[in-house]
Order: sequence, then structure tokens, then C-alpha cells
Amino acid sequence: MTGAEGQSATLSGYEPVIGLEVHCELRTETKLFCGCRNAFGDEPNTNVCPVCLGLPGSLPVLNSKAVELAMRIGLALHCEIRPSTFHRKNYFYPDMPKDYQISQYDEPINVGGFLELPDEYRVGIVRAHLEEDTGKTTHIGGGGRIHDAEYALVDYNRAGVPLVEIVSAPDLRSAAQARTYVAELRSILVATDASDGRMEEGSMRVDANVSVRRTGSAELGTRCEIKNLNSLRSLVRAIEYEASRQVGVLESGEAVVQQTRHWDEEAGHTVALRSKEEAFDYRYFPEPDLVPVSPDQAWQTDVAAALPPLPAERRARLRQLLVTPGTPTTAAQEDQIATVVEHGLDDLVTSAAEDGVAPTLALARTANEASADPDRARQLDRRAYGALLQMEERGRVTATQAKAVLAELLERGGDPLDIARRRGFEALGADSLAGAVADVVGAHPGEWERYRDGEDKLAQFFIGQVMKVTKGKADGKAVVAELQRLRG
Amino acid sequence: MTPGPASLLAAQVRAGERSAQEVVQRHLDALARIDPELHAFVTVLEDQALAAAAAVDTVVAAGRDPGPLAGVPVAVKDNMCTRGVRTTCSSRILEHWHPPYDATVVERLAAAGAVVIGKTNLDEFAMGSSTENSAFGPTRNPHDPSRVPGGSSGGSAAAVAAGLAPLGLGSDTGGSIRQPAALCGVVGMKPTYGTVSRYGLVAFASSLDQIGPFARTVSDAALLFDVIGGHDPMDSTSLDRPPPRTASVTGDGVDGCRVGVVRELYEDAEPAVRAAVSAAAESLARVGAVIEECSIPEVRHALPAYYLLAPAEASSNLARYDGVRYGLRVDAPDVESMNAATRAAGFGAEVKRRVMLGTYALSAGYYDAYYGQAQKVRTLIIDAFKRAYEQVDALLGATTPTTAFAIGDRVQDPWAMYLSDVFSVPSNLSGDPAVSVPFGSDDAGLPIGVQVLAPALGEPMVVRVGAVLEAAAPTLGQPRLADRALLAGSWEPS
Repeated sequence: MTGAEGQSATLSGYEPVIGLEVHCELRTETKLFCGCRNAFGDEPNTNVCPVCLGLPGSLPVLNSKAVELAMRIGLALHCEIRPSTFHRKNYFYPDMPKDYQISQYDEPINVGGFLELPDEYRVGIVRAHLEEDTGKTTHIGGGGRIHDAEYALVDYNRAGVPLVEIVSAPDLRSAAQARTYVAELRSILVATDASDGRMEEGSMRVDANVSVRRTGSAELGTRCEIKNLNSLRSLVRAIEYEASRQVGVLESGEAVVQQTRHWDEEAGHTVALRSKEEAFDYRYFPEPDLVPVSPDQAWQTDVAAALPPLPAERRARLRQLLVTPGTPTTAAQEDQIATVVEHGLDDLVTSAAEDGVAPTLALARTANEASADPDRARQLDRRAYGALLQMEERGRVTATQAKAVLAELLERGGDPLDIARRRGFEALGADSLAGAVADVVGAHPGEWERYRDGEDKLAQFFIGQVMKVTKGKADGKAVVAELQRLRG
Repeated sequence: MTPGPASLLAAQVRAGERSAQEVVQRHLDALARIDPELHAFVTVLEDQALAAAAAVDTVVAAGRDPGPLAGVPVAVKDNMCTRGVRTTCSSRILEHWHPPYDATVVERLAAAGAVVIGKTNLDEFAMGSSTENSAFGPTRNPHDPSRVPGGSSGGSAAAVAAGLAPLGLGSDTGGSIRQPAALCGVVGMKPTYGTVSRYGLVAFASSLDQIGPFARTVSDAALLFDVIGGHDPMDSTSLDRPPPRTASVTGDGVDGCRVGVVRELYEDAEPAVRAAVSAAAESLARVGAVIEECSIPEVRHALPAYYLLAPAEASSNLARYDGVRYGLRVDAPDVESMNAATRAAGFGAEVKRRVMLGTYALSAGYYDAYYGQAQKVRTLIIDAFKRAYEQVDALLGATTPTTAFAIGDRVQDPWAMYLSDVFSVPSNLSGDPAVSVPFGSDDAGLPIGVQVLAPALGEPMVVRVGAVLEAAAPTLGQPRLADRALLAGSWEPS
């Protein structure tokens, strides 16, 4: 959120207008037009055949699983599924085996949907279409860039991997909102099992179209397309940089030039790649080797019926769990809900709640895990997790002890009660706790006096001391309660 | 009706009367004597062919079914992939390229017991009408070695005409089977688009390319079509339905069939060709066909539309020859210069001309005026043929405006060369089947071909009409450059 605040200072009088193009690799077993394995990280050039190498005479055959996953994405984004066709996008590049990319052009499979952000703001989806990925070039020697490299190595394992490109309307108004959009889209892709949404592995790649305009204006400014956004952090920084760059250009009385720009993460700025005049002429024309794809109503209905609950719906379910009628969730809880759902851990919260754990506790603890290591947290046994939270809630272990047990559960699994016993964890009984608090108060008369006079923050000091003498078996909340009782 | 040489040989091999090895060796011997001058072949597969023949003989000896084309030598155009055997497209850029896979048609030939004896010459990437655009030199016409065999499948046409193989495979994008068949005096059929798999056919213009048979008789062409046709899951444009069967109906005659003689498909031809079309129509009428004069004016726009659509697709199909992965590479300091240097050295003049033409036709700002307009013309032509077929069962015309022209005559004038395809291109745009059947010769003794067209999946109709024409056709003189014994059906070399 600091981004948005920082921006409002530099952009005074202007607002950025942002549209995103997100490419995501589909989680199919095989590639879009051949039977080669779709896998990340295999030995270079092992998942290749005449078709994905574009050998003379080879022909593409559409993978229907990819069509199904594209439909899932479309349905999750409230798009209309249309009869669609493929085109060829022609340009020369060594990692593109045929020197054209098979992509959907004027008749994409999904059109006209929207994505609802956690705050219920709707971002328009213009289209979500199918296309094939390219190979991957590694430039060796020189600076690692294409023009000063000594030579290049090309891995065609990725060539022909199915992609869906999701194009948003220019509905986003800040870098932070763009970040939220991408995070939400990723949750949807993961939830529908259409893609693993890993930006770091390149299975999800984002280009940003950024323009600025006078606040309150309804017109769109001239846009620049920013490429090479490899993380959410890059996305935020690049949009912030680019928006203020454009405001600078306008403020100095010049006009923004429509360009494709490259985000340089190290330097923290965007640099011009090519202008509109230098843009490639892709010479799109209908792909004569493929026939139109027209999913019939029965197929669409099947795909829709198999669609799992989507993040917006899941967030609503958590809210319902949490809230007594009439009281809204707090901002902190909204953040926790968003985090838990984004990482697909809402099942942990609901199952713990079903086991009788207070939903607020289950949510707070699960949000912690979601931020720390969501992949591992997804492996947690729900029953064990619920049992542990119950132990904590009933005061049988302290919060600190519960953390240690959880760490072991994540590491090795097991029964939380056994783990706690083996480690000698048990919360102190009320008498022992009162005794320990009395001892500590007696040993620190000065601090006690100040606490009694209203210096509340000294409670932390006493908790620390009590923890020390009880070797961590005391529950912090119980200590505070005892201190307050003594204070009268 | 008389069986053709391919079905005779297959019958002998199947019956164990002659070994496949003997058949193949006999044709290889003829090839060794005649091809140095004819130059129908780019690559001769002596060892592989004999090994394949031996395998057929083993099957026969074991009493199993060796297939309908057992031991029959086939000349395959060198734009169809053969595993481990170089497939050049008669281009420097693929001169040393060895595909790691077989085209579907090549697999089907093998499954039918046929033996590929060699890969035949063509206009580079099938772009041309004379086989002069081959990087490896022109093929000659067996009837007059100073003349072209037509193209682009000139090698397969000449090989079949000269007796070096009873069957050949060609590909027809704008007439590349039918036009050389006409000029060499053999039968050539372009099947319905989608009936023969294109998997493994090196693409020229994907929406028009179709593989089809060459043979010395209509029945042999039908036999070969029945072997190579049928759905292929590797080709998305392959029709997912059983292909029409033709061999069994070749002799059914045309009694009661309505045949339209299309004015636009003969009136601009030279007199001898026009006369042949008239004579062909009369011969059909004599055996009960109902002949109607008809006009399909839209056909006049086919050639210009074709010369935008085919180069447009070609410009994209040929982009992959960039020196990066296979084929020729001419080194240069950076990748763009390497691409350019490789393509400059690897492609011949006609290929470059069409790549430039097609690139232009697809360019921003020109697409609608050229590619888009040509697509509309294509739709008009498809509709016009549909209307014509509401009145008739088949159409008749000439295959080419002239008989074989002299080598070198048209190489300096691309438009004159393109006009060779004016009667054949419409069927490629419509996707419908058409066959060219020899029907007499001109004053110089050069073969004339007449063309029979039918609606989609009308292969049975084109072979029925074709067989009647074949039976009625004036006898054609023997080719000068040929194994005349094999042509006459006798075995001992002449």
C-alpha cells in the first residue's frame, strides 16, 4: 500500500490507467499441438518432436485438454465462450521453430468477462485466448543480451506449451490495484487447476499497458507497454516508475510517445525498446492447418459444472464463518482472508472451525502460515491442524508452544498431542501460573510500581520474565489476566 | 476393362509368379539407363527399395497378405518426408536434410506393399509449372527431351511416362499433378482437399496442397488413391469420414451422367487442345452421357486470386528455413544476418519472388486489398461450382492451354509460366477433385490432357468419366525417352 501512497504524491493531478496482459502456461500433460510432455525443468531439447520443432511437413493437432482449461479460465472470469479460430503471427525469432506463432486473433475462445477484486471492484476482461509458447533462448558471453552475446543456446522444450493470454480492460488505477489483480488472477488460475501461476518459473508472465491522464478526465492517454515484469514487486515498481515518467513528460509540455518499454529491475527504470512505427508487422492470417474450435453447449456445461468454488465465493464463505450478523470483518481480517484464499488454504480454516476452533483464531494462524510457506502448509493434515489449534485455544499449550508443535507437524507430520507431550509442553495450571507471576512481581518491585501506576506496556516485560522462569510454559494472555487481577 | 501395369504387377507378386525383388530390380535397371538424360529423380533408393522388396517377398512366401500394391515401384515427389532419406524439395536449403519421420502417405504405401524406388524432381518447394525451378536442374519430357515435363511434379510425371515406375505420387497446389500429367501423357488426379493426409508433405500453400496419384491408366490411379486416402489424426484438415472408394467403380461407365463442358476451361487454349476437348465430349455422348455447354465466369478470377493466396501462405510456410535448426546455414555475425544470408543463398529466384509477393499481400494496410479480396474471390468460386453441380454430375475442360513447351521458353516470363495453371487452379480453390486424362496429341505428337472435375468427394465420378475417356482416346505415340518394353508390358529390356 505504500506504493499507492507514494504515488499520489508524485502523480498529483494525474491518475494512471493500467491494463494488463497476462500469459499463463496451462497445466496440461502434453503440449498444445503435439504429444510431447509439457514439463518445466527437464533436460533441454528432450521434450521435442517434428511438430513442436516445426520440421518441414509436420502439422499441428489441437490438444482438447488445453481447450478445456482455456474454457475453465473463461468461465471463471465470467467470459462468453465463442466459436474461435487460430491465426499465424509471423515474425522471425530463433526460439520460435516455425518463425510464426499459432495464436488466436480476431476470434478468441473467451470474450467479455470480468474479474472481481477482493474489495468487489470489477476489472473488465476483454479476452482470454489460446496460443503456443516459444522456446527459450540463453545468450552466452558478452552481457547476456542478444546483441552482444557470443552465441545463443535454444531449448525447445517450452516450444508449443499451451498458453492462455488474458487481456484486461484499462480498468486498473494504481500499481497496488494492478498487484491485487494479478494476485487474484493467480488464485483463480490455481483454483481452477488451469495453471500453477508461478511467476518465478515463468509460467505466469505479465505485460502492463500504462498511460496517465488528468484526474477526472474520461479520455485515455497515450500508452506504453512495459515488458519483463517477472514478479509482483517488478510489476508495482515498473508501473509506479512508468506513470511518474509519463507525468514528467506531460508536465514538461511534451507528449508521451507510444512505445514498448523494457523494465530494468536493477536500474529501477523502463527503457524504450521500439516505437509504434518500429512495431513488427505480424501479418496475421488464418492458420490453414487447423480447423475452427467451437465447443458445443454440452461441453461448456460439463466444464462449468466441474468448476471448483472460485476465490470470491471462498472469501465470502470465510467472511460468513467469521462474522456475527451485523458486524463487518475488520481490515486485518480482510487481509487474512485474502491471503488464505490466495494461497488456497481456506480449507484449513473451515475444517478447524468445524472442529470447534474459534474461526478468528483459525483464520489468524492460517494466514500466518500462508504468508510463511503456503506450499508446505497445503500438505498439512487438516485433523491434526485443527487438534493443535484446539489445544492452544483451550490453554493446553501456549501460543509459543503451539508454534513449535506446528513447525514439527509441517516438518514430519504426526499427532500434535504426542508431539506436545514428547517435548514436555503443557500450559501451566492456574495455581502455578499465579505463583510464578507473584514471584516475578516480588522480584521486580520498581517495574511493578510503574505498571500499577498505569504503564501498561510493562506487561510485556512481566510476560518475558514469567516465560523465563516457567521455561515458556506460561500463556501470555493468562499472565496479563493475572497481572490485571493483582493490580485490582 | 484392361488392368493397368501396377495392378498387373501387384497381382503377379501376390500370386508368387514374380518376386517383388525382380520387379524392383527391373525398374531400377531401367532407371539407371534412362534417368541420366531424363533426370526425373533427385535421389534413387536402390538399397532401401530392394530391402523393402525382399520384405514383401518374405510376406508372400509366408502366405500372408502383402497388400494391394505388393512389390509395385512408386516414384515419390521429393517434397514428401521419407525417414532417414534426404527430402530436398529440390532446394539448396534442404539439400542435405534427412527427415526423422515418414509422411503418412509413405507409411500407407509401405503398408500396402508398395516400394518407393526414389524421390523425384520438382520445381523448388513445388513452385513452378515446368520443373525448371529445381536447384538440381530440369527434368525432361519423355516425349520430347527438349521440352519441359510440366510441374511442379514433373519428376513423378516423367518417371511414370517413361516406364521407370508404374505409379507416382505428386502434390497439387495449383495444378502440379494434373498439368505435368497432361504434358507427359499420363493420368494424374488431384483428390478432394482433406481426403489424403498432408502430414509429412512439406507445405507450399497449406489450404490448397493435396497429394495425389500418377499412373498410366485411370484404374491404376484409382488403386493408388484408395491406398493413400483416408482419415489421418495427424492432419487436422483430414476429413474424418471414410474416403470414397474408386478402384471398384472405375468401369461403371457414364450412361445417363450429366457432364458440363465449361467454356472458361478450354476456350483460351490452343486449337489442338480445344479440338481434343470437343472430341472428348463427343466420346462421352456416344456412351450415354448427357453433354451440356456451360459457363462459370467466376473461374476467370481464379488465377489472380491463387497467385495472392498461395504466395501468402508460402511466405509463412517457408519462414522456418532460417538456418537455425536444420538445413543450410550461411554463417554471419548476428542472427538476423545469418537468417538473411541463409535464405539468400538457399532459395532460388521463383521462391524468393513468391515469398516477397506473399509477404506483401499480408502486410498491414494491404491485407484487405490483396489477401482479403482473394479470399472473397475464392468463396465466389466455391459457390459458383456448387451452383454448376446442381445441374451436372461432372465438368469437362482442358487441363492446360498448351502442350509441353520448350525448356527455357518461359523462365524469363513468370506470368506466361503462371498461365500454364489457368485451367487447373480453380479446383484447388474449390477443394474439389479433378483428374487429367491423356486424350490424343498435337501435330508435333505432344500429349494433350483433358480434365474431369466433380464436386467434393466425387472421386468415383471423375474416375468413371476418366476411364471412358481413356478408352475412347486416340492412341498416343511412344515416348522417345522411355523403357518401351516396360511401357508395352513386356519384361525383357528393349
